[in-house]
Amino acid sequence: MREKIIIGLAAFSGALLAWNMNTIFTALPDELNQGAIYRIIYFHVPANILGMVGFGLGMLFSIGYLVTKNLRYDALAASVTEVSLVFASIGLATGSIWARIIWGVWWAWDYRLTSWLVCWLIFGGYLMLRRAVDEPNQRARFAAVVSILGSVNAYISYKSIEWWNTQHPQPVLSIRNGGGMAQGMEAPIWWNLLALACFSAILVMVRMRQESFANEIDTLRRMAHAQ
Amino acid sequence: MFLRQVWTITTKDLHSELRTKEAWNASIAFSVVILLLFSFAFDPSSEQIREFSGGLLWMTYAFAGALVLNRSFAREVQNDCLDALIASPVSSAALFVGKALANFSMLFAVELVSLPVFVLFYNVPWGAAQFLPMLLVLVLGTWALTVIGTLFSALTVNLRLRELMLPTLVYPMMIPALIAAMTITTNLLAGSPVGFGIRFLVAFDIIFTLLAVVFVDTVLVG
Repeated sequence: MREKIIIGLAAFSGALLAWNMNTIFTALPDELNQGAIYRIIYFHVPANILGMVGFGLGMLFSIGYLVTKNLRYDALAASVTEVSLVFASIGLATGSIWARIIWGVWWAWDYRLTSWLVCWLIFGGYLMLRRAVDEPNQRARFAAVVSILGSVNAYISYKSIEWWNTQHPQPVLSIRNGGGMAQGMEAPIWWNLLALACFSAILVMVRMRQESFANEIDTLRRMAHAQ
Repeated sequence: MFLRQVWTITTKDLHSELRTKEAWNASIAFSVVILLLFSFAFDPSSEQIREFSGGLLWMTYAFAGALVLNRSFAREVQNDCLDALIASPVSSAALFVGKALANFSMLFAVELVSLPVFVLFYNVPWGAAQFLPMLLVLVLGTWALTVIGTLFSALTVNLRLRELMLPTLVYPMMIPALIAAMTITTNLLAGSPVGFGIRFLVAFDIIFTLLAVVFVDTVLVG
């Protein structure tokens, strides 16, 4: 069943991405001020949304673990956070490329960029911490606490473009009262978000399966050692 | 009851620190040395210093503070003191707040010693008008460093790779508070308005203190 869901999601996300690419590269015109490079927004924004939402989901699953003590929640939190970190990296990289063209520098130390990099470092630390603890329940507890504390920073990063007058562009999406995009230019962002969200769901499912194998191996190893 | 337990833990930590002065000496020496090293990294003229004084000061405090905070729970590992503390009728929250208060007083003392050194070495323009606001920023910023440092000191105490994990987790967590404290300090010394920073620092302190008090039991006991 899981196999079929994964294949189905992959087909859907692949088809949607292909159709989106067609819209983005052939149907949409260049942006008035930025030229062709503005198209990076169709990956930059969805990747960062997935990163941010993923860190938030990771926090919810971590709370779920702390409440129920069910290690499945911990595995979910770890998988979601790991995938989100990949998307956050994509977001940082695409943003950096855009900045090189538009601002002339690869990096600027404004609040949005800095706070997002801090998040990236915190959740990188989260994954390192998971490797440093051997006992599964202790690992789950520690990781959950770091995930919850780290999510505060994810929220700070989310709000930073409203709180401070950053060099990073102010909100442009209509759901954040931005409304800064021309007719027809915003929709592909949402379609791409859907496609990438399906893709990240596949990654999480694969990662979850790997986690359950790892647990099984760990249990078997403990049994072997106990004898 | 809670307050008395907190007080007992705080005085216990301060007593044992005053007897050995290990963390205290290391921290003071480190902060003076790092202030000295900064003076070689660039030529501190009094115009420039206005622009990055806050950054210098808080970087010194963050690194010197790590020396105090790292040892907070690590010193309880010897002779299984930590297990005894957890088994004692003191709640984890009281243990945490007590230790945080002890760390705060130690770090604050280190800061009060290194602040005049900083002002002297770098010819920082210093007036009575800056004193009280600066004290407020010191208290708020130091509390932010202490809460996060103490919680992670508890989290990493039994970890292999403790020395590696602590800085990778603690410094990124501290950065928002450090940035706020740095900007306020720089603005104060330059005589410009302090701005958004104080509110941010207060919110940061409240949120992380609450989170730490709630989760310290999860970290220590499970």
